[in-house]
Parts: sequence; structure tokens; C-alpha cells
Amino acid sequence: MTNVTKSRPLSPHLQIYKLIPTMLMSIVHRITGAALYFGTVLVAWWLIAAASGPAYYDWASWFFGTIIGQVILFGYTWALIHHMFGGLRHFMWDLGYGYEKEFSTKLAIANAVGSITVTLLLWIVGYIVR
Amino acid sequence: MDMRTPLGKVRGLGSAKEGTDHFWRQRLTAVANVPLLTFFVIFIMTYAGAPHADVVAALANPFVAVVMALVVISALTHMRIGMQVIVEDYVHAEGIKIVLLMLNTFFAIAVGGLCLFAILKLAFAG
Repeated sequence: MTNVTKSRPLSPHLQIYKLIPTMLMSIVHRITGAALYFGTVLVAWWLIAAASGPAYYDWASWFFGTIIGQVILFGYTWALIHHMFGGLRHFMWDLGYGYEKEFSTKLAIANAVGSITVTLLLWIVGYIVR
Repeated sequence: MDMRTPLGKVRGLGSAKEGTDHFWRQRLTAVANVPLLTFFVIFIMTYAGAPHADVVAALANPFVAVVMALVVISALTHMRIGMQVIVEDYVHAEGIKIVLLMLNTFFAIAVGGLCLFAILKLAFAG
């Protein structure tokens, strides 16, 4: 049994294939998901800061307002939007639609363009409102 | 010594009846996450840089507190399953894999515990 498992033929890995948009977006979907995973620490920190009182909250708020904080939050926003748009594509596939080659390639590109556009728009609106 | 083949041992036992459980829960929380995290993003955008008193008053609102708790529960459930898949895909050493799968659950529960306690404290005690 062990021998059968060991000598089982394996499909070639990522680096063998030419990089195409659908494949790249699949990888980015997973990376953004992993980034969002660790990003929940920031959400927990923010909530705890709010629950801890004004002095600590002001400090946390100050950190998020610094250039480093803003870059992290911008990246976090993009990761969330990108992962959500990727998720919407998955809903479509789960329902059995959108498997055509040309269409799925266009949609993969739209996912990247859309997530960057929406993230920028959110931040522009955020800065204007403030 | 057991002379039975691996197939013979499991034949007739049937499936565990939870083969699609992860798949389903990942979709269920994904659907829930769309409105919940849209709310979360709008809330954060509205209160970014706002004074502490305003943020506390907003989070003390029962509707906001409950939805915020749902955001935490749905998102953490979703990400825990997702990270489990990542670990199972890339980590093949049995020992490390089990440790990472345990840490994954511990992480999700720890973050969830901290978030939910903070939300409840803000809702009940301000």
C-alpha cells in the first residue's frame, strides 16, 4: 500500500504552467485570504482599544493614522475587496455558470481592476468625508 | 496480526455523512460575509479618526453590537476553514500538520474571544 502511494504519478506544480489571469487570481485569492486571516489581529486590537478607554484608544487611533498604519489599512482594504470579488466569482461557478475560457479570463482581469478601483474610491471618499 | 486489507476494514461502514460539511460551511459563511463585511467597512470608514466617546456610543447601539458580533463569528469561521485548507494543501509532514491545524483553531477562538468580549463590554458597560 505504501509503495502504491509513493509511486503514484503527480501532476506538475505551478512553475510548469504559463501564468494566466485566472491562475494568478486564484493564487491572489488565497494570498489575500491568508492576509485577512492575520489581519483579524488588528480588528481585535482596535475593538479592545475601544473597550479599554479613551487613552489607549487614542494611541491605537494615532497608530492607524500614521503613514505605516495607513499603508497597512489600505492593503487590508484591498485584500478584503479583492477576496470578496473573488468570492462572488466563486458563487457564480458554484451555481454552474461562467466556465467559458474567454469569459473567465475577462472576469479574472476585471477582479483585479475592480478591486483596485473600488479600494481607491473608498479611500478617496474616506479622505473627503473626514 | 490483522490479516484484513485496508479496504476490507472500511467496507460496509458507510461514509461519515459529513463529506460536504466544510464545503457547505465555507459557502454559508461566504454568503453571510458579503453583507456583514460591507457593513463593517462602512462602519470603520464612518468612525475612522472619530473621538473615543463617539466610537463607544456607536458600538453600544444594540443593532451595531449584534451585527459586529456576527461579523466576527462569520468571518472567523470562514477564515478558520480557509486556513485549514491551506495547511492541508501545503504541509505534508503529519506532526507539523496536526500542530498547525490545532494552532489554527486556537488562533480563531482566541481572536474571537477577544473581539466578542470587547464588543460585549462596549455594549453593556460602555
